[in-house]
Amino acid sequence: MLVDFTIKLILAGAFLGMVLNLAGLLTWVERKQSAVMQDRIGANRAKIIFPKWLFPLNWLVWLPNELGLFHSLADAAKMFLKEDFVPRGADKFLHTLAPAISVIFALMAFAAIPFGDTLHLGNHVINLQVADVNAGILFVFAMLGLGVYGVILAGFASNNNYAYLGGMRAASQMLSYEITMGISILGVVITYGSLSLQEIVRAQGSVWGIFTQPLAFFLFMTAALAETKRVPFDLPEGESEIIGYFVEYSGMKFGMFFLTDLVETVLVACLMTTFFLGGWQVPFLQPDGFHWPGGSFVAISHGLVITLGVLAFLSKVLFFNWLFMAIRWTLPRFRYDQLMHLGWKILFPASLVNVLVTSIVVAWRG
Amino acid sequence: MAIKIIKRKELSFWDQTYLPMLFSGLWITSRHFFRNFFVQTLNLFGLAKHLKGSYTFQYPEVQRPLSKRARTRHRLTQREDGAPRCVACMMCETVCPARCINIVAKENPDPNIEKMPASFDLDLGMCVYCGFCVEVCPEDAIRMDTQILDIAAYSRKEMKLDMKELLNPTTAYPVKK
Ligand code: SF4
Ligand code: SF4
Repeated sequence: MLVDFTIKLILAGAFLGMVLNLAGLLTWVERKQSAVMQDRIGANRAKIIFPKWLFPLNWLVWLPNELGLFHSLADAAKMFLKEDFVPRGADKFLHTLAPAISVIFALMAFAAIPFGDTLHLGNHVINLQVADVNAGILFVFAMLGLGVYGVILAGFASNNNYAYLGGMRAASQMLSYEITMGISILGVVITYGSLSLQEIVRAQGSVWGIFTQPLAFFLFMTAALAETKRVPFDLPEGESEIIGYFVEYSGMKFGMFFLTDLVETVLVACLMTTFFLGGWQVPFLQPDGFHWPGGSFVAISHGLVITLGVLAFLSKVLFFNWLFMAIRWTLPRFRYDQLMHLGWKILFPASLVNVLVTSIVVAWRG
Repeated sequence: MAIKIIKRKELSFWDQTYLPMLFSGLWITSRHFFRNFFVQTLNLFGLAKHLKGSYTFQYPEVQRPLSKRARTRHRLTQREDGAPRCVACMMCETVCPARCINIVAKENPDPNIEKMPASFDLDLGMCVYCGFCVEVCPEDAIRMDTQILDIAAYSRKEMKLDMKELLNPTTAYPVKK
């Protein structure tokens, strides 16, 4: 019992650490990738330079220095050192609660995501998933849905009409797109006949979800991007022109909203990987080794198979993060009516059609 | 007046789906991304220096080349003996829209020239870089061609230049480096 508990704790810690680090790194990726895309160099001035007599350390930090990797560190330090300001007339309790709600629910959704196959260690069977919920999809969507509260509360509690409007915009956008998101994933659920994420990943051993559900892939990606409130769907925030729900936030509370954004990006990347790119599945890799299409077979040990799986999951997630950043720096922002038009008149019917066609095909094939 | 009708192209079905443009946009940005990524990585390790991965000037270390006509920090030109060319005619002081030039005249020891400035103060904190002072000067005594751009200081007082600094622009940075 205690051992199992410890194992789960370690898994949770490792996964949480990975997610948070990835989210922190994304602040850097966001700047650097946009810079490189736009023929610029990007942030590279936050450097750590040790005194001369510690020169080996200087060699060690040379690459991060050149790449500007310490900017994420500097960002975090800045966030913590800034004044935490609560506007006059604002509800102090809710004002503090809102960012916490956002970030906690975003992080909790990761619990249901499988990042590897079952690991057999001695006589322990470890499912590389923090919580093996048999209705994992529902859990993830519940957490995503609860995240809306953070945004609405932030708008409500700030005692600022602009923040309030931003919160309203965010709520209506997230609710609209959540429907599309849920329905588009229904196709996947029908195809694989399971609500458990681990089961869905396992069922994708031969064919990845993107090939069985190509339409759902695009629908889900669009809806999920809107759900994370990133460009081109960043109307709730609109950092550059319109004022968003976190206008009255400063310091680490603002940082938590910012972190939520990036954590949700990672979460959506994880979900996309799980549903459509076969999660931890490596092409041609069976539990006992590689079965190449020509019939040749390379046997590899159990530990290596699991490691490869986890690495595959990680690299797929990184790929999606790259894609989301590329989309963010390519497309201009939608107008609000265009956003609603896209959500309700295009994506929503399309996802319904997808479900219909999928069910017919599944029923027909028995 | 003839009326000109501009025919706007109707959006085709594919244009309206937004998808082809989406992919071509992604294609363009990721093409830039991968090319620059590759070149910048090579440059970081000192390879392929002839390829450019970005158009950035790393500003304080690398100055961007300026146009010859760019209006930059002022200087006072000198005669052959090092005296200022300025004859204290007060034209620039009069024309200056920001009223940031302050000249005190004195008699010039040279009998051919009437006056010379005893002090010539220019407040860069007020200057709007219009260049009128340069255009109005009958003696070509004031110019804005030092190519010094980093005009910044921690106080208003440090933004004021006196005659010594104006005559010798390279020695005087508002912020002492
Ligand atoms: S540039 Fe214009 S504002 Fe500046 S000193 Fe000359 S006349 Fe005055
Ligand atoms: S216009 Fe020229 S000559 Fe006259 S006071 Fe100004 S700088 Fe001196």
